[in-house]
Amino acid sequence: MIEAIIINGLISGGVYALLAVGFSLIFGVARIINIAHTAFYMLAAYFIYTFAHLLGLNPFLSVVLSVIIVILIGLVTYKLVIDPVREHGATTLIVTIALAIIFQEVMLIAFGGHFRGVPGLVSGYTEILGVKVTYQYLLTFGVVLVVLLGTWALLMKTKLGIAIRSTAQDREVANLMGINVARTGMMTMAIAVALAAIAGALVAPLRVLEPHMWMPPLVTILAIVVLGGLGSIKGSFIGAFILGFAETLVVFLVPSGAFLKGAVALTIMLIVILIRPEGLFGVAFEEER
Amino acid sequence: MGTISIYIGRLYKDFKGGILVLPSRTIAFFFCLLLLLIPLITTEPYILRVLILSSIFAIFAASWDLLSGYTGQMNFGHALFFGVAAYTSALLNLHVGLPPWLTIPLGALAAVLAGLIVGVPCLRLRGPYLALATLAFPLILTGIIFVIPGITGGELGISGIDPLSGSRLTDYYIAVILMLGLGFVMWKITASKTGLIFHAIREDEVAVRASGINTTRYKLLAFCLSGLFAGVAGGMYVHFMRIAGPSTLELMLSFQAIIWVIFGGIATIYGPIAGVFILYPFMEFLRIIPEIRMLVFATLVVLILLFMPEGLTTWVRDKIEKECPRCKLRNIATRKSCRVCRADLD
Repeated sequence: MIEAIIINGLISGGVYALLAVGFSLIFGVARIINIAHTAFYMLAAYFIYTFAHLLGLNPFLSVVLSVIIVILIGLVTYKLVIDPVREHGATTLIVTIALAIIFQEVMLIAFGGHFRGVPGLVSGYTEILGVKVTYQYLLTFGVVLVVLLGTWALLMKTKLGIAIRSTAQDREVANLMGINVARTGMMTMAIAVALAAIAGALVAPLRVLEPHMWMPPLVTILAIVVLGGLGSIKGSFIGAFILGFAETLVVFLVPSGAFLKGAVALTIMLIVILIRPEGLFGVAFEEER
Repeated sequence: MGTISIYIGRLYKDFKGGILVLPSRTIAFFFCLLLLLIPLITTEPYILRVLILSSIFAIFAASWDLLSGYTGQMNFGHALFFGVAAYTSALLNLHVGLPPWLTIPLGALAAVLAGLIVGVPCLRLRGPYLALATLAFPLILTGIIFVIPGITGGELGISGIDPLSGSRLTDYYIAVILMLGLGFVMWKITASKTGLIFHAIREDEVAVRASGINTTRYKLLAFCLSGLFAGVAGGMYVHFMRIAGPSTLELMLSFQAIIWVIFGGIATIYGPIAGVFILYPFMEFLRIIPEIRMLVFATLVVLILLFMPEGLTTWVRDKIEKECPRCKLRNIATRKSCRVCRADLD
């Protein structure tokens, strides 16, 4: 029981971390609450289904292909739809909501509302502490760690990372320092969407696919980024594991807990921000006037 | 006879000077008139049903605008007020046996209470934090509703509620008159001194605080007022549909309110009403192509907002009217000089 909780918590925490870090990045740099973020995750899962299941391509190749395609879709929508209205905060919001609905409906038309599954990349299992752990779970967790470390290195060690972080801190000053703010925004969007797509690729074999699958994780990652502090990568990471474990615990320990898992996650978020209004690791943004 | 004609003459003069002078007011006037006269043209139950639901959702959307459009406190969980009022009305009606004209106000009061419960802790939060925290409440409530199906009916909801009135036509007049009345009240609130403070809080909260105004109290007031109006909409909805289900708390309903308001024009009150009366019947019309209904709808919203990022009514208003640079009064776009201060309009 405890081992199962730990393993499931680590997996869902890891997937949430991928999604939340990307969401947090794009919020930090462009000040956009991108409701369509998890829709990209849904898109990636469906592309993998198409490539691997319907076209019969090599699973690894189909993962790479779908991540690339989703990044391209993300960049095109950012350039065509989100960026032109970025100055009007509220409008950006419903544009992203509408985008998510558009993606959902396109998938609904293309694939129908049936639940679908994707075969795992690897089969077989091993035993850790007496619990059967499939290789798919291990692979998922390994990829999550590698990708998150990679993102961290990118943000901390490269020139692009410095540009992203400085744009997030102060867009105008970053612009004055000669950083191409528009291009940094594009790059951030690409990274964020890539993270979402990888998360989608990882959960595709573990969960059922359906066009509405973007909604439940959306609520959770919104809770995570608020819990961790908006714009804080570290906060998103830690928040993801806190809520990932909390949800797993509720599902395993409370009767009819599956209904309550969202409620518990959100309650934790509420308690944290009521005690610390800027989240666990959030910087209290100077009042933007 | 003479006095009557004087009164009629005065009425006509007021009408000309007060309503016909600005095209936006003329449009609003004829919109109200049309709504009240529609039953003379058709009493098709389906059309009346669409218009009743539009009226109910117009109250709901306008109440979001009152809170989020004016004070800038983005509320992502506006369905909470709707749902709380819906469930309260339904339970009171079903178990206590109160008639609709009592359950709807009581449901609205419950929504005000919900506004206080959400508002008091959340007003320490700002901007996106507030938005995302408010998002949590209706979803938490949905979780609770699913866990205690004995009282709340779980996924199926509560059914067997009394209808609003006996006939569709009476329902229509109740909904439309209530919508016009409450819309007018909200518009008056936002035009009053309180409304001015709401505006100021959105633009620059620090400056408002520096002027010695307790902004927290005003924000809380906005939460309660908004909850009250949304609650009326929720109660009406329950008694019209005769079922209170978890769909009244859905995330999509909150998003729907935001879409209506921003599409119509934020911080205007008449914008959301226009938004609902355009988008909701349009959505119903799209039932002729059921498979791609949502897709067409969402695409259209995105395209229109790319051209009119401030919303439809604001865009139209700026086309047909212009503001006097000296006295800030609005004038019809064809005028060369301001109708009050005679300053040149460019």
